[in-house]
Amino acid sequence: MIVSNATDKTVKKLLINGQSHDVVIRSADLLLDTLRSQLGLTGAKPGCGNGDCGACAVVVDGKPMHSCLSLTIEAVGKSITTIEGLQDSPIQKAFIENWAIQCGYCTPGFIMNCYALSETYPDADDETIEEWMQSNLCRCTGYQEIKEAVKTILQIKKDQRPAQ
Amino acid sequence: MIPFNFDYYKPSTAYEAVATYQMAADAGKEVLYYSGGTEFITFARTNQLKADVVIDLKSIPECTVLEQNGSECVIGSAVSLNELVTFNLFPLLGETVKRIADHTSRNKITIGGNVNSRLIYREGLLPFLLADAKVKIARKEKEEIVPLADLYKQEITLEPGSFVVQFIVDHAYTTLPFSTLKKTRMSQVGYPIVTVSALKKDQDIRFAFSGVCQYPFRSFEMEKILSDGTMPEQDRIEQALSKLPGPILHDSYASAGYREFVFKNTLADTLQMMEGNQ
Ligand SMILES: Cc1cc2nc3c(=O)[nH]c(=O)nc-3n(C[C@H](O)[C@H](O)[C@H](O)COP(=O)(O)OP(=O)(O)OC[C@H]3O[C@@H](n4cnc5c(N)ncnc54)[C@H](O)[C@@H]3O)c2cc1C
Ligand code: FES
Ligand code: FES
Repeated sequence: MIVSNATDKTVKKLLINGQSHDVVIRSADLLLDTLRSQLGLTGAKPGCGNGDCGACAVVVDGKPMHSCLSLTIEAVGKSITTIEGLQDSPIQKAFIENWAIQCGYCTPGFIMNCYALSETYPDADDETIEEWMQSNLCRCTGYQEIKEAVKTILQIKKDQRPAQ
Repeated sequence: MIPFNFDYYKPSTAYEAVATYQMAADAGKEVLYYSGGTEFITFARTNQLKADVVIDLKSIPECTVLEQNGSECVIGSAVSLNELVTFNLFPLLGETVKRIADHTSRNKITIGGNVNSRLIYREGLLPFLLADAKVKIARKEKEEIVPLADLYKQEITLEPGSFVVQFIVDHAYTTLPFSTLKKTRMSQVGYPIVTVSALKKDQDIRFAFSGVCQYPFRSFEMEKILSDGTMPEQDRIEQALSKLPGPILHDSYASAGYREFVFKNTLADTLQMMEGNQ
C-alpha cells in the first residue's frame, strides 16, 4: 500500500502526451517540477505556486489541473497532456491569429484550460467560458483577445461536428 | 519544491488508513491525511507544515461515493468540489462550493479538505450546518456516524488518527428553498468578505456565515431574530449583528467596518430573497 517512501527515490511511469516516460521521483516532488526539470517539458510555467495564476495548468484525465498543486506520484496511472502535446493544433493557431499573446508567459496555461473546456463542453455558453477562464491570469493582454481565441476554437469544434 | 521528504501511502479502505496512521504515529512520526492535497502542498512548500507520512484518502471507495441512498444523500469526503457542482445532489452545496477558489482548483480541492482546512473560511461547511448533516468518521476501533453539530466547535474536532469518511444529508433538506451569496473584495474569485447561506425549513429561515468572524458558524440566536417577521427588516439585522459569536474580522481583505457594512447588505438581500420565497 505504500506507494513511495521518504528515503529512496523511486522510478515511476508517467503517461504524457500519449508517451510513457520513466521518472525518478521523491514522494514530495511536484508534477510541475518533474515535467520541467526531468522531462524538459518547460511549457507549464511556474508562477504563484499556490493555484492562483494558472500558468502551470496541464490536463489530467481530461480535466485542467494546476501542476503546482499536484504531487507527481498522484499523476501515476493518469493521462497527462501538456502544451507540448498541442503543437500545431487549431487551438495554438487560434491564439496566434487572435493576437491573444503578448509576453506569452500565461499562454500555455490558458491554452490547456481552453483545450479541456472545448473537449468537455464544445457548446459552452458565455457563463461557462467565463467560469473556466477565471482560473488563469494574464498581466499583459486585456483578456478580450483571449476570449476571442476561446470562442474561435469552440466555433471550430461546432463546425467539425457532423450535421444532425 | 517541498523541502522535506515523506512516505506516501494510498490505502484502499478506511480501516487500512487508520491502521497506517496508528502505526506511524506509534513510531513517533508526524502523520497527515491528504485529500485534494492543495492545502498540504501550499503549506509544505512554504515550510509552514511538515509531515513524515502522508496518507492519501482518494483511493478509498467510501470517500469518493456521491449518491442518493434511500432517503439520504451521501457525499464522500474525497469528492472534488467540481463533482459536487456537476452532479448537484444537494443544490445549496453545489451553489456554495461553486464560489470556492477557481474552476481549475476545484478539480483538486475536495469537500473533506475544505471542511477540515486550517484556513478560517471553510465555506463548504455552511450547507452542512444548515441541513443538520451527519458525519461518518473512521476511528481507531470502528466507523461511527455522528451529528455534525456534535463535532463542530469552531472547527471539526477529531481525535488524532480519525478522519471524515462521508457527509450524510437527509434528502428532504436538499429540496428546500435556499440562497447563498458570497461577497469578495474585488474579483469573482477570492476569499469571502462575507458569505451568507440560508435554507428555509417550514416557516423558519436558517442562516450560516463565513468570512464574518474567525470561523464559519450557524447561530440559533441570530436565526430567531432574523425570522421574527413582526420586526422591520433593518431592526432584525441590527439586533442579529449584536449576537455575533465573536468580533468581526479585520484584515488585509477588509476592515471590520467594511465587513459589517457588507454583512448587513448581504443579510438584507438574503432576507428579501428568502421571504419572497413564501
Ligand atoms: C486557489 C485557492 C483558492 C481558495 N479559495 C477558497 C475560498 O474561496 N473559500 C474557501 O473556503 N477555501 C478556499 N481555499 C482553501 C481550500 O478550500 C482549503 O485549503 C482546502 O483545505 C483544500 O482542500 P484539499 O482537499 O486540497 O485539502 P488537503 O490539503 O488534502 O487537506 C487540508 C487539511 O484537511 C485535512 N483533511 C483532508 N481530508 C480530511 C478528512 N477526510 N478528514 C479529516 N481531515 C482531512 C488534511 O489533513 C489537511 O490538514 C482555496 C484554496 C486554493 C488553493
Ligand atoms: S503556478 Fe500553479 S497556479 Fe500559479
Ligand atoms: S501575455 Fe503576458 S501574462 Fe499573459
